[in-house]
This record gives sequence, C-alpha cells and structure tokens, in this order.
Amino acid sequence: MANESNETVNVTINGVAAAVPRGARIIEAAEQLGIGIAHYCYHPGLSAPAMCRMCLVEVEGAPKLAPACVTPVAEGQVINTESERARAARTGTLEFYLLNHPLDCPICDKSGECKLQDFTHAEGRPHGRSVEPKRVLGLDDFGGDILYQGNRCIMCTRCVRFMREIAGADLLGVVQRGHRSAIDTFFETGLEGSLWAGNIVDICPVGALLSKDFLHKARVWDLDNTPSVCPNCAQGCNVRLDTRDNLVVRIRPRLNPAVNSYWMCDYGRHQYEWLNQPDRVQTPMQRGAEGELVPVGWQEVLPALLARLQQRHGPLVVLGSPMLGNEDNGLLARLAGRLGGGTLRYRSAQAEAEVPCPGFPALARRRELTANGRGLELLGFQRTGTMAGEGGLTDLAGATVIVLGDALEDQPADFAAGVELLVVLGQRPTAAARSAHYLLPVCTCAEQEGTFPNVHGLVQRFWPALQPPPLARPAWQVLSVLLAGLDDGAPVNSAGGAFLRLGELYPEYAGLSYEQLGSRGALINEPVVRPAGKGA
Amino acid sequence: MAYPYRDEREVRILSAHFGDPEARTLAGWRQRGGYEALGQALALSPEQVTEIVKNSALRGRGGAGFPTGLKWSFLRNDGRPHYVLVNSDESEPGAFKDRELCRWTPHQLLEGALINAYAIRAQHVYIYMRGEFFEPAQIVARAIDEAYAAGIAGPDVLGSGVTIDVTLHLGAGAYICGEETALMNSLEGRRGQPRVKPPFPAVFGAFGQPTNINNVETLCTVPHIIRNGADWWRSIGTDKSTGTKLFNMSGHLVRRGNFEFPLGFNMKELIYDVCGGIRDGRSLKAVIPGGSSVPMLAAHELDIPCAYERVATAGSKLGTASMIVMDDRTDIVKQVRRMVEFYAHESCGQCTPCREGTAWLARIMRRIEAGQGTEADLALLVDLGKNMTGTTICVLSDSAAAPVLSSLAKFKDEYLALIGRAAPVAAAV
Repeated sequence: MANESNETVNVTINGVAAAVPRGARIIEAAEQLGIGIAHYCYHPGLSAPAMCRMCLVEVEGAPKLAPACVTPVAEGQVINTESERARAARTGTLEFYLLNHPLDCPICDKSGECKLQDFTHAEGRPHGRSVEPKRVLGLDDFGGDILYQGNRCIMCTRCVRFMREIAGADLLGVVQRGHRSAIDTFFETGLEGSLWAGNIVDICPVGALLSKDFLHKARVWDLDNTPSVCPNCAQGCNVRLDTRDNLVVRIRPRLNPAVNSYWMCDYGRHQYEWLNQPDRVQTPMQRGAEGELVPVGWQEVLPALLARLQQRHGPLVVLGSPMLGNEDNGLLARLAGRLGGGTLRYRSAQAEAEVPCPGFPALARRRELTANGRGLELLGFQRTGTMAGEGGLTDLAGATVIVLGDALEDQPADFAAGVELLVVLGQRPTAAARSAHYLLPVCTCAEQEGTFPNVHGLVQRFWPALQPPPLARPAWQVLSVLLAGLDDGAPVNSAGGAFLRLGELYPEYAGLSYEQLGSRGALINEPVVRPAGKGA
Repeated sequence: MAYPYRDEREVRILSAHFGDPEARTLAGWRQRGGYEALGQALALSPEQVTEIVKNSALRGRGGAGFPTGLKWSFLRNDGRPHYVLVNSDESEPGAFKDRELCRWTPHQLLEGALINAYAIRAQHVYIYMRGEFFEPAQIVARAIDEAYAAGIAGPDVLGSGVTIDVTLHLGAGAYICGEETALMNSLEGRRGQPRVKPPFPAVFGAFGQPTNINNVETLCTVPHIIRNGADWWRSIGTDKSTGTKLFNMSGHLVRRGNFEFPLGFNMKELIYDVCGGIRDGRSLKAVIPGGSSVPMLAAHELDIPCAYERVATAGSKLGTASMIVMDDRTDIVKQVRRMVEFYAHESCGQCTPCREGTAWLARIMRRIEAGQGTEADLALLVDLGKNMTGTTICVLSDSAAAPVLSSLAKFKDEYLALIGRAAPVAAAV
C-alpha cells in the first residue's frame, strides 16, 4: 500500500466505518474491509490506468462517480459501492463489454475463472440489447507460449503494462484506436524468448490471452488447486499446482509479496511434466536368491535393510535429493550420522546465470535449478557433478551408497557393480536404480508435504497435490522407521514431526514449526558454519 | 487573399489584421504594435503578469471556458522545469478560429505564448499543432525563426536575460490529441490517450513537470490585455464572459466565416443580421452553437446572448463558439449519424463506455437512417447516451452522446418518420 507509516484516515464504505491507511486507494481500502469492487484494468501488481470504468463508486459530495482504483481515501470520506448510480454504471458498462465479446464460453479456456463471466452473472443485464453484427478479429500467435484471441479481448491492457512494468520489455502494445483497438506485438519479434510472458495469461481477466500449453486441456472447474512451492529453482516461488485426473496440468503463481509477488517465470511454469512420470517404482524390492529384484512388503524389507546396513564394512556415501524437502533429506543425514557418519552429497542442475525479473528484482530465476540446494547445503551435503546434474559418482567402489530421489539417469545399468550395498529410495525405475540391492518407492515433492528453504533462507511449506503410487511412501516416513530401528527415537508420523526433528540437530531450524511457517514461510535462524560433506 | 466578410458591428481585436499578409512578418507585426506587450510584461514580475490576466476575467477559449489567470496561478515557483503548451490541435468539427489566428497573426500567438511562459517561469513553449494544418504550420514556423533571429525567443528574450525556447510540434491526426492530457502524451511520443486526472497538468503535465496549456485564441488575447489593461478587457463583453470572441460561422448561412464580437452578442442577430440569415430563402431548423460536441438548439431557442453562462442556461454550451447552422432541408438523423461516426472513429479506445458505445451508437444510427430502426432503438439510444455520459476519463464519450440525446429530445419526429419505412422483415417463425 502507498504509505509506509501507520497513519490512518477514517472512511465509511457501504455504511462500515473504518480506519484505513492514509494514501490507500479506495479499492484497496474496501478490500481490507472485505468489500470487493469489480474491476478489470486494475491489478495490484501493476499501475492503474482507470480505463475499464468498472470500479466507479459513489463518493459523497463528488459530482461524478470516482474510479476506486486511483482515487485515494480521504478523511471523512463516505463511499458507496452499491448505490443506485454505481450499480447502474456497472450494469451499463458490462453491456458495453459484451457488445463485441463472442460469448464463446463453452470453448474458452478461461471459462470458470473469467472476470467477465463473474461480473456479468452478478450484475449484468439478463439479455443483451444489441442486434448489430459483432466485430471480428483473428487468432494471433504472439510467439512463445501465448495465443491472442482478439474477439474476447476487453482492452484492459494489463498485459501491455505487465510487459512494460514487470517484464521490462515493451513487447506488447495497443494498435489502432476506438473499437478497432487490439493488442499486438511489434513486427515479427513477438514474445518468443521472454522468460516472464506466461504471467499475462494469468492476469488476463478474460480468455483473450491463452497458453498454448494449456489450450483446451481442461475445464478449470475440473481442476484441483494445491498450494505449493515451485520446485524448479532456488527462488521458491509460491505457486498452485492445478491437477486433473492425478496429473499436473498447469502451474500458476500464488501471491507472496516477499518472494515472487504475483509472478513466476516461464521456466518454472512449464517444467511440470517430470511430476507426471507414469513410469514409477511401484513396490519395495530387494535382491532375491538369484540376484534378481523381488517385490517384497514394507514390513519385511525395512528390517532386512536395517540388518544389512548394520553389517556393512565400507565407507558410507549418501546422495540427497534437491527435489525433496528438508524432512526427507534431514532424516537421511541423521541416518548417516546414526550409522557412524559418511559423505553427504547431492547433484543438481544449474543454469549459467541468474535471470532477475526487471520489475520485481527480488524475483529471479536462480542459477540453482532445484528447490532445495540451499537446504542440502545447510544440512551439510556437498554438491557434486556437472552443471547438468550428472556425473560425480566415480569413487564409490566398496562403499555403501544410499540414494534418495536421484534417478541416476546418467549412470549405467551396472551402477551397483563394485559397490558394497546400494540402497535407492527412488521414484523412477531407471536402469541404474534397478541395479540396487534395495529399491524403495518414495513420493515426489508433489505427492507429499514438506518444506523448501529458498535462496534467502525462507522456509516455505508445500502440500500434496497428487496421489502417489499405492505403495510409495514419503521418504521421511521410511527413514524415520529405519532411525527408530537404530534406537533413534520413535518413528515420526507426520511431515511436521519430521520437520521438528531437524531443529534437534540443526540450530537453523530450532524453534520453527509448521504452524509458524503457515502459508507464507519463515526465515531460518542464522546459519551455522560446519564442515561440508560430513554427517551430523 | 483578403478576408471575405466583415461587419461594422464587429469589435476586431484579435482579428484586426486578418487578411493582411504584412502582419504575418515580424517587421509588419512590430509596425502594428507587436511585442510591445511582451516588453511590458518582462518589466513586471511573473506574479504581476498573472494578476493582470486574472483581473481581466479572461476565460479559456478552447471550449471549457476555465478562468485563464486562475489556471496560470496554479503553478508555483518551485524550481522545477515548467512548460507552456499551446493547444493548436483545433479539430472540433465546425471550429476554424485557431487556424486563422495561426495563418494571419502567428506573432500574436507567439507573443501571447512568451508572456504566458514568463508568467509561469517556463523556459520552453511547445506549440502542438494539428498535423493537417500544413499552411499554418509553415507560417508559424517562419514566425518562430524570425523571433529567434530577432532575439525575441531564445536565450535572452528582448534583452531581459530570460530564456524561453519555442518548439513547433505537429500532431499525427487524432481529434483526441486536442484533449490537454492526450496532447501531452502525444507530445512525449506516447499513444494519444487522455490521462486520469488528478494529477492535473499544473502538477504533473508534459514530461511529468508542471505545465500550463492554453488554447491559441486564449493566448492571442493576452498581449492585448497586457497592453490595454485588465479593466479595458473587462469593459467588453458581459460580467462573466469578458472580452471579444471569434465566432466561427458555418452551415447554410449567406455569409460564413470568422466574426469577432464581444461576448454577449445576441445569437439570433449574429445569425440573421451579421451572417445574412439562411441561404436560398430557406428557414432555420437547428444550430449547434459551440462545435459538434455540444447539444443543438432549435430555431425558437436562439434569442440568447452568446455568453458562456447564458448559452448554458439555454441547455447547450458556447464551447468554441463554432456555430453550425442547419436549414429546414437538413436531415437531422443523417447529420447526427455523421457526427456519431466521427466520434466512433476518433475515440482513443481506452474507456469501455466510449470505445464500445460510440461504435454502437453509430451502428444503430445507420440502421435507423436505413429505415430499419424500431421505436425500441430510440429508447436504447437514450439509455446508451446516459451510460456514456460522465463515466469516462475524458468527455469524448459525453460529446458523442450529446447530439444524439439533444436531437432525440428536440427532433424526435424526424427519427419516428424513418422508423418502419423499410419493407418489414418477415417475422421469425
């Protein structure tokens, strides 16, 4: 909101008297009181041009209706959003909106989350009065992931302002004027290559801007929305995973003013297919008498594995997962400590450079292209391998190796050869994973609860969006049972419990709990410097 | 070319030298008393100059009639760069006064603009001229060159040490760029779209700096006021509408053109005496008194003084005093349709009621004109007109609705005569 101090002014909105921050705009003040004011061009993350004329409200004493999105509150102001005049203006304006709108909601991706639908249902005329032919524009490919369906466009220019103010690249503009106006790109440039353009589909209040990726994939009312944290880089953008039929079909940003505002990058947005892998480890397996992998129940495999781990001779190497939460990796490190200590490593993909968002510099696509690199470093894991997240696993002869989450895609089918004992808590049965002595199915981060600390040390929670394969378990659960077998307390029965166990060994997490993290996260305590690569 | 018509009742102050090519030159203008007022103004303090303009009760000639001196006084001596904009984007259908002022008396305009700049401590004057004004642009450009060469504009105005630069900027053909904030956007190289006010130009104008924008005719009066005093100007015209005004008379009149009269001159006399009444012995049907944006007046409503306050009482506006006079053969529906199409074409497209409403009005009007209208359409026109009035950033939307609403109120029979004239369409079964 506009002012930093705690000064307030007294206003009355729809009969409700309240003190609101000085300098706030009427639409923001109303929002605070739980009074929604219809709007199209206004977006809290962008400048307000006051041109959609939907948010006109009656301010006592003013001759004309005032646009709530730009009019600041003033002491003693009496505002009415539901007066006869304000309602009539909205109904009148809505009729203008539908004049050239094709009303093709049955085939429109936005249908169900469309503001034109919402406000027309609420306050529009039951029947249009126009008998004139509608203006027809074509479908335009804006480049990148974006299509423009001009017929549906209501010319709110949010997309134009987003590209100018947030993406920092004036790639969109209004062409023509009057009722011939349309949004267009310049020359052949288009939006190809813009890392931020995907946001304009989210902020488009109607179905004018469409994602090619999501085109006709689902009706939005069939989607389940789960709050989550983008796992695709260390920024930790707050997102929603939109799922249908147990598949992620879309990732959209979720407001967090400290991390990503209303935005996220297209890299993170479009990297979701790996969460939908159909090829999964379905059941715990261990080596049979012939050396083949034999499915086995959890009740049998964990005691057997525990016994094997206690009998091992060689050194212990543990490979953590930057795509799994603190709970999983924390208990893995704890297990390593309980087994006498070992080398803690992880592999992760990294980009050449950070790409900051010009209009919201706190947001950047980070170099670290995994969600939990920072968390692993805090837990004492050391990064190994190449920028692509490959290699770095050549010195394992004679060692006992516990792999968490890493699919070992770059490794050969005889990965376990020469290794004393290979335990894989994995998701995908790659050739290397199938060479393990124990192969245990665990959940992906989209299938379980957990936390990621982002690049600034803000620990944020994510929630399960997908159903895991029936026998897959969260890794923290598997590991806590193993730890219980090593007399390290009782097994924890929730991710929150596993998180509390972090605080026992790592002061960074001491005193933090899931309740405190809430949906916006909390900063970790001052990090402690400890020798890298060693178990706790 | 000599100026076509004159009338001995005229009080020619601004237009005294219309038709006199010598007055266009610096030397000729100086012989006619030019730039004396600028010298007088420079001898005063900026505040004193503003005070004189304020005391003259001069009202802006761009159409709104806002008190000019008051507008000047909004700018504070705050150390920020100030700008003077000259609104020479005369695009209102029916208006042709600024064009003539620029054509015949470019130095008169320049002098007024320089006084304005001095009064508000601006160091730069931008003359924003309608792109189609080829000839006026050449003439004004030449006058600017002359003024620079003579030390009247530039780093040391008339040896006073004051710097005032003058730049001529041509528009690219948009009616809306005559709206002051759209003009600023256009000048800055942005889309010509009106800005939301507040902030007003006096706080956040051209290039984000305090700006004073005035119409050409307004500025042309300023040198005369400085030279002859505020009392002299107030002695002309009425109490609330002081001084003289150019009346741009067009339409079915015997004599058409610019006539300069004190405000308060009787409209009927202006039309029937000065302009010789209606051509070809026809009778008068309607008058649009202030440019196409204002409501029209019917023949029996014309016996009023042409002063801002009196025309407003009669239900219209004096606007730019650009009168379009229509005789009894005029097809009002066609005339209104033509004007609505103009506004639909010129709407910038920002605000929804205007973007969609103007085009919708035009379509309905076309249908009615083609004999395909219904009585429900007339009610719809009124309703749309109301929805388009007072709901947008600027008043283009209101202006588009005004002729529709006023013609429906005063000439509804012409609409009704067109309804159901086309062969009935077979009813859907």
